[in-house]
Amino acid sequence: MVKSSRTEATALPVSESAGVCRLSGDWNVQALSLRKEVERRRAALQAVGASAKWDLSGVLRLDAVGAQMLWQHWGQAIPAGTDLSAGQQALFKILAEHPVAAPVPPPATDWFGFIRSLGQAIITSFGHGRMILVLLGSLIFNFIGFVTRPIRGPWREISAQIFRTGAQALGITALVGFLIGIVLSYLSAQQLAVFGAGQFIVKLLGVAIVRELGPVLAAILVAGRSGSSITAQIGVMRVTQELDAMAVMGISEGQRLILPRVLALALTMPLLVLWTDAMALIGGMLAAKFQLGLSVVWFAERLPDAIGIKNYWIGMIKGVTFGAWIALVACHFGLRIEPNTESLGKGTTASVVTAITGVILIDAIYAIIFNEMNI
Amino acid sequence: MADTPIIGVQDLTTAFGTHVVHEHLNLDVFPKEILALVGGSGSGKTTLLRQILGLDFPKSGQVKVFGRPVHDYTGPQRIALTHRWGMLFQAGALFSALPVFDNVALPLRELHHLPEDLIRDVVLMRLSWMGLTSRDAALMPSDLSGGMIKRVALARALALDPELLFLDEPTAGLDPQRSDEFCELIKTLHAELGFTVVMVTHDLDTIGALATRVAVLAEKKVLVEGTIEQVMQTKHPFIESFFHGERGERALGQFDTKDVTHGKS
Repeated sequence: MVKSSRTEATALPVSESAGVCRLSGDWNVQALSLRKEVERRRAALQAVGASAKWDLSGVLRLDAVGAQMLWQHWGQAIPAGTDLSAGQQALFKILAEHPVAAPVPPPATDWFGFIRSLGQAIITSFGHGRMILVLLGSLIFNFIGFVTRPIRGPWREISAQIFRTGAQALGITALVGFLIGIVLSYLSAQQLAVFGAGQFIVKLLGVAIVRELGPVLAAILVAGRSGSSITAQIGVMRVTQELDAMAVMGISEGQRLILPRVLALALTMPLLVLWTDAMALIGGMLAAKFQLGLSVVWFAERLPDAIGIKNYWIGMIKGVTFGAWIALVACHFGLRIEPNTESLGKGTTASVVTAITGVILIDAIYAIIFNEMNI
Repeated sequence: MADTPIIGVQDLTTAFGTHVVHEHLNLDVFPKEILALVGGSGSGKTTLLRQILGLDFPKSGQVKVFGRPVHDYTGPQRIALTHRWGMLFQAGALFSALPVFDNVALPLRELHHLPEDLIRDVVLMRLSWMGLTSRDAALMPSDLSGGMIKRVALARALALDPELLFLDEPTAGLDPQRSDEFCELIKTLHAELGFTVVMVTHDLDTIGALATRVAVLAEKKVLVEGTIEQVMQTKHPFIESFFHGERGERALGQFDTKDVTHGKS
């Protein structure tokens, strides 16, 4: 409000007398960028008679923006009898040499656009599915090559990826696993205590965590943590043309980028699942001790029987699949990134969302398979 | 050159860790001149530009822009300062998520009070001035060739009619013809708009075509500054190899003084 009253107070830089319109003051971008200033000056220009002559000798500073504004008002030509300095003439000469095309009217509203975009989205997702399959195929070939000639394998990259996706993920998976274990144990303990079936908490927690929660929890964390970083890393390599450089040097991106990441995650993921399981069970144990008064030693003694070796192996198999899936999806979206920042952001989001959705889908498929097999 | 300098670098020392880039460096830039900063790779030319723009902090000494230390501009004053200068980055630094038109319109839109129809005309006029069509305006930066990126970046740097223009390697990566066109463009703009230019360049043709004054950076300071003729008469291994080498002879033949016998030692 203070600003507008100040601009109101300044005199208009347009004055008309005896058929001559005199412009004065600054007509540059700084002066015109005050609030409502362009509207105010345009109104003043509109009020000038059509036959008036123009005198710009009082203008202190004129730049391209100010000149363009006058040019618009004059209808792309200097009116006859206009008084211009040499510099101003040069400026308007440039404007005359570079006429601006009339604005193109926006295309008519497309009422069925949403159907089109729906179809587009379906086609795109099928395309992604197909490309992930192709990637999986070439990965299998690379893997066969790796197994037949392990000496030439990308050992360095694999070990670096194991450290990055495995060792460095221990902290966050431990924290989240431990907290989820506590929460789960508290909730079930309350319900079980109602029926006086407190000791069943061992079986409940053991099976739920080792078979379902541990693998899914670890996979979600790793997808968010390592999947996004793989996508971003490969994406930036596209932006900086590193992928092109590799292609020129004859280095296979499947061999050097994708295989090490998929192998590393397929190796570290089951270990992380195990680690998350252990942390969640410790959390559950502690909560059971405080809530139900079950001793930690008794809990631990009952645990092996409660879980059973087959649930343990189910958890491990899930871990391997989830790990390979996350790395594969992350590499796929990384390679699809176009060399601009927006695509990088979108690709990383798509990678994490697809990886997590896929993990839950695979988990459901496993649940059905294992149920049919009566395991 | 009786004018007061528009940029004053006083006793500047820049260091990254233990690596000293500038040591007690002094440099003045005067209104309406085209100053070329010359030096070998790693002599701190781009770092000096970054210091002048206030992107890096000096270890000691100061940089004055428009008569005030550049780091004293804060808040609204800093914003007002950024409206008075434009920078052409070496790789263009266009916003890759925005099309060409929005890249050039961004500085104008950031002023908040200019109507969109005026911005549109100004931007299209500027693009046309840089030799780009209104069809190019819809392209994304990733679809542009190197020369087009430079021209769009220049249009963006000039969007607010700055008094001060910084060019970092303006002709690097352009073919000789494009490079000549670019020099011609800068020269025309300079004649018409009368801004001050500070440019970093390796290219002797660009220096010969544009520079009104040359400052040579070597040994962590400004070794010598002056017109091309004055600089070429200085005896220093870098200047000898840079200006009097085979390439230098070819590009700057017209500036050569009589005693070129020391061209190659």
